[in-house]
Amino acid sequence: MRKTALNSVYELAQKNKQVVFIGSDLGPGVLDEMKINMPNKFYMEGVSEQHIIGMSAGLALEGFIPYVNTIATFLTRRCFEQIAMDLCLHDLPVRLIANGGGLVYAPLGPTHLATEDFGILKTLPNITIIAPCDALEMKELMKCTIDWPHPIYIRLGKGGDKIISNSKTNFKIGKAIIMKKPEEGLFITTGVMAQIAAEACNILKNEGIQCGLMHMHTVKPLDQDSLLKWIPKVKAIVSVEEHFRTGGLGSSILEFLNDKMNDTFINFHRIGIPDYYTKNYGSQKSLLETAGISPKSLALEMKLRLKKINV
Amino acid sequence: MLNKFLNPYISPKLDKRSMHLRKLVIRAFEGGMRGHLGSSMSLIEILRVLYDDFLSFNSKEPEWCDRDRFILSKGHGCLAQYALLADKKFISLNDLDKFCHHDGILGGHPEKSKIPGVEFSTGALGHGLPVSVGMAVAAKINKKNHKIIVVTGDGESNEGSIWEAALSASQNKLNNLIWMIDYNKFQSYGQTQDVINLEPLNNKITSFGFNVTEVDGHNTKSIQNALNSCLNKSLKPNAIICHTVKGKGFPFAEHNENWHHKSNMKPSEIDAMYKCLEV
Repeated sequence: MRKTALNSVYELAQKNKQVVFIGSDLGPGVLDEMKINMPNKFYMEGVSEQHIIGMSAGLALEGFIPYVNTIATFLTRRCFEQIAMDLCLHDLPVRLIANGGGLVYAPLGPTHLATEDFGILKTLPNITIIAPCDALEMKELMKCTIDWPHPIYIRLGKGGDKIISNSKTNFKIGKAIIMKKPEEGLFITTGVMAQIAAEACNILKNEGIQCGLMHMHTVKPLDQDSLLKWIPKVKAIVSVEEHFRTGGLGSSILEFLNDKMNDTFINFHRIGIPDYYTKNYGSQKSLLETAGISPKSLALEMKLRLKKINV
Repeated sequence: MLNKFLNPYISPKLDKRSMHLRKLVIRAFEGGMRGHLGSSMSLIEILRVLYDDFLSFNSKEPEWCDRDRFILSKGHGCLAQYALLADKKFISLNDLDKFCHHDGILGGHPEKSKIPGVEFSTGALGHGLPVSVGMAVAAKINKKNHKIIVVTGDGESNEGSIWEAALSASQNKLNNLIWMIDYNKFQSYGQTQDVINLEPLNNKITSFGFNVTEVDGHNTKSIQNALNSCLNKSLKPNAIICHTVKGKGFPFAEHNENWHHKSNMKPSEIDAMYKCLEV
């Protein structure tokens, strides 16, 4: 997914003179071809997240479209004020490409786990937050970034994730994708959680329970139309995200339900990472399982919500 | 190192223009009955030279593409910038009277979306220099000759982002960038040497790869010469340390941290300020 995103930056730069790339001390060889062929559009800055956000704002104020890339935790926690004031207050078209969203950097520990990035950024006016589910969707998304007039935060997955998106789907920023048509239950996911929820749907299908899957690649702005259309048609909804249960997609849906559907009882449950810093290392998969995020646990939660089993 | 500036000193007498600009600051202050007076008064001559003698701009076309870019990174000194913007007709004198009013365009910190001639909204400290680096890089890419000038405060230079950007300005050989420091030796709590000592400031900035000049920040000729010296062919970015006096122009406010920000002043106190500006 990361390779696709960065290659797309170079492709976009070849078509649009306003595209520039700013990295923060990334690994050797990143976008070498762009560096060689477009040296004045490639800036590998130091370990200085506050500065690179300001620098990108300065470039954007002059009409450029900067694509900024570094690790998700540093791109959100370290430079929050710069994102708020330099990018969001000025509503500038800067694209933040965040490596290692969620639990991707599991072996590296809590300093590198971006499990609150949606929550940090979601409060800011003007920002758009996107978490694609695979490399194919990333490619489609990157095409849309060129003329989106607001700052965008793009959360990258681990890479090598199974392709489950469809190139024929008309990808639109802010428009959820129905990957499986909602029937009894509905999973609402973002990022690579679509993959786990799709497996959960298959488990349930084998047990005779038909569930749908809505992939909300865009966490902000929330696609309220899709929620309004599909939520009344199902008996239970489970949101799934590789993010703290607080402040992420599930919280946004709760706010939406309170604001727009508070006259109806909605059988809704959020699955995410509990309110603690992980004490384990291992892998993204092992940490997800520890947090109760696996196809089996999702399927179990949906059955509970649909009252298909008793506790 | 101009050691004579490091201790409180008797600063030069103000001329008519400097007094006029200070009167505009007081006029705006009266409109809002609050503001960072001390921080604005140390800035007046720096901004006066920039707007009178150095910056290319067109107040009728504030977004003119070949204009020089100026960012007041120490946004709390905005009363001084508002005085110059009114003087140069980017905004009206009536706008000054509505400083901090609900429906005014001039707030306690300057906003790009509201004020013609303001390049970037500041107030949160440490943002102006990184943004200026981006603007300077943009000018290089576009092969444009305009200059990028940013004024930071001395207390503001405590921010790490300032030094991150300074490293980058040097690395990227941004000789179109001029970083001016309003070094009035006071920050909110007290003297900079007691809170966070910046000395040796010249050596610090020089070691970051800048051409550094030090001037009396109230001597207009010196400021002008220092700015003109930045137009050389060196590949280094430029820094001008402007030694200034907080509260300059009002003996009771000079070198006095209690004048960093003022609100709800009595009419007699306002009169006392105007009295200092009588020729």
